Parts: sequence; C-alpha cells; structure tokens
Amino acid sequence: MAGESGKIDPMYQFKIEPLAQLELAGYDVSFTNSSLFMVLVLGALWLFMAGGMKREMVPGRWQMAVEGATGFINNMLTANVGPEGKKYVPLVFSLFMFILMANFMGMMPFGIVPGVHPFTITSHLTVTAVLALFSFGTVLVVGFWKHGLHFFSLFVPQGTPWWLLWLIPVIELFSFMIRPFSLALRLFVAMTAGHIMMKVLAGFVINGLNAEAAWVPLIVSFPAFLLMIGITLLELLVCAIQAYVFALLTSLYINDAVNLH
Amino acid sequence: MPQISQILATYASQFFWLLIVFGLIYFTVGRIMLPKVEATMNARDRKIADDLAAAEHARAEANNLGDSGAADLTAARAEAQAKSTAAKAKAAKDADARLAKADAEISAKIAAADAALAKATAKALSGIEAMAAEAAADIVAKVSGAKVTSAQAAKAVKAVMSHG
Repeated sequence: MAGESGKIDPMYQFKIEPLAQLELAGYDVSFTNSSLFMVLVLGALWLFMAGGMKREMVPGRWQMAVEGATGFINNMLTANVGPEGKKYVPLVFSLFMFILMANFMGMMPFGIVPGVHPFTITSHLTVTAVLALFSFGTVLVVGFWKHGLHFFSLFVPQGTPWWLLWLIPVIELFSFMIRPFSLALRLFVAMTAGHIMMKVLAGFVINGLNAEAAWVPLIVSFPAFLLMIGITLLELLVCAIQAYVFALLTSLYINDAVNLH
Repeated sequence: MPQISQILATYASQFFWLLIVFGLIYFTVGRIMLPKVEATMNARDRKIADDLAAAEHARAEANNLGDSGAADLTAARAEAQAKSTAAKAKAAKDADARLAKADAEISAKIAAADAALAKATAKALSGIEAMAAEAAADIVAKVSGAKVTSAQAAKAVKAVMSHG
C-alpha cells in the first residue's frame, strides 16, 4: 500500500499496526502485524523441525536439512567453545533459527495479495535489542556463575604490561559493554537498510512505468528492475549472513564467558 | 522511521509477544525437538561406528581363520608327504627284499641246473669214451684182425680226445 497521493513510502513497511487491541497491567500489548509475523515464524519453525523428527536411521531430504541446521550450530559451538559448548546449542540454535526465519519471512512475496505486505520482525530495534540481551545476558550469567568475581579477569588480557593496567581494562570493559548494542544494531541496520533499498528501487520501477514520458520506462524502470533482481538476491544472502553472524558472535561471547580468553 | 517514532507506543507489545514466541521456540524447539534430532544423529553415528568396528573384528577373525587354515593345510601336506615317502621307502625295501630272495632262489636253481648239466655232460662224455674205445677196438679187429684189449683202446681214445 502506497502512501498518500500515489507516492511510495519506503518506510511504510516498518510500520506496526495493531490487529487486535490488548492491554495487560496498564501496558499496551496489542496483537500487531509484528506479533503476527512472530507467530508465523514460530509456525514455520515448528513445521520445519517437525519434518525432521521422523528419526530415521537413513534420513530423507527434509530430515537431512534439519540435521544439517542442528549440526551446523553444534559444530559452531564445539569449534568455538569446545566440548562444553554443547550446553548452549539450544539457545544459539533458537536464536539462529528465529532470526533466519524472521529474515526470510520478511522477504516472502506476500505483497502480491492486495492490502497485505510482509513484515520483517528483525528490522525493529525493540526485537533485535531483546535478542541481543538474551545473548549478552547468557554471557553474563554463565561468566559469573562459572568464575564468580574472577570473571573480571576477562578485562585484563594475559601479558598486559603493568604500566598499561590503568588503560587496558577500561578499553576491554568498553568493548565488552558495547557487545549487546553492536549485536542489536548490526541486525537492525542490515535488515532496515536492505529493505529500504529494495522499496526505493521497486518505487523506481513503478513510478517509471507510471510516468507520462514514453522513454522513462525504458531508461529508468528496466535498469532498476534488473538491479532489483540483484538486490533481492543480495538481500536473501544478507538474511542468512546476519543470522549466521549473530549466532557466531554469540558463540564467541559464550566462549569468553566459559573459557575466559 | 517507524522503528524509532513508534518505539514508545509499541515496545510493550513487541517485548510481550517476542518473549512469548521466543520462549516457545526455546522450550519446544531448542529443549525438546533439537535434543531428539541430535539423539538421532548420535545414534546413527554410534551405529556406523559400531558396524565399522564389527566389520573390522570380523575381518580380523577371517584373517586369523585363513592363517590357521593355511597352517593346517601346510601341516597336512607335510604329513601326507612324509607318509608317502615312508610308504615309498617301505615298498622299495619290500621289493628289494623280494627281489633278493627271488635272486637267491633263482641262483640256487641255476646252480643246481648247472651241476646237473655238468654231471650229465660228464656222464655223457664218459659214455662216449667207452663207446669210442669199443668202436675203436672193433674197427682195429676188423681192419687188422689184431686183438686189442679194451684197456688199450680206452687209453688210445683218451689220448686222442684229450688232444682234441
């Protein structure tokens, strides 16, 4: 749905619209299009996992796909954290699959149905911030649970010269505290920027076709359409890469918490 | 940018539904479905490892069996060879003995035959002498009318015969 007077608003896709009003303890917890897409992601993920639950000795295609995904996260944690990393596979797998499915769900061509448009949950800072807090909170809890106050030795890397002890911990603490923000912002910015670019280019195609001058569709719409195909493929790649980066960084941070460098 | 302009109006709903959905994902997918998938993978890996170990074991056993079979075969062959050699030697010995016995028998028979022959020859010779002497005496009597004693005739014959 375009904005007023036939103009295409690239920001409209991020708008949250309540579908059912709901209030809880004074807070507005309406079921919105964002909530709807979260539930869709949940359903898609259940469907995907259920297809791999046949538990056959010789796996079929679907089971291979599910086992490939779980094996991927399992290997990532084993490689980055060691044998202890197995404990964190459920969390990292949930984060990875949720982000991956949410990113892909935002790329689905639901827009061919009039009045419907896909919503990318992960293009919202409120969502990515909570996901980053899950990751960061796990690191804090695991770090203090396993090492107690010794966890602060994370901020003094081995081999720090004594005359730099006033500076290095400050830098390390800063780089540690910035982790949740970088996790949240990276995903939010990547998804938002990609989707704005797609909408802008799609706007070129449509506005060019609607132009009165006959040469405009050929000069503007056609190249923009070709570019649009490339950008869409790139965006699909970004969807997978951002989910991978989030999972990889989470496993690296968990490694810090478990092994203290 | 709705993400920021709407943040105050929507954060509660976003947090609320995200916590519900992600909680459901974590506890159903992460804690229930994922371990089952991994258990299947582990079971498969273990089964493959077990099967490989069993195959390896069976192969080692087969190799052992082959070795001992070959050893058995060699021993049996040696035994057969020894037996056949012994049998051959025994047969050769028996044949020798029998041959020697037969030889001796034959030699004895030949010797006996020789002796009989010699005796017969001697007898025949002495018969010839007597007849020759008689014949000589008769011839002398007929030709010359002289009477020759058989003793003289025999002496003459003997002399002629010995001169041959």
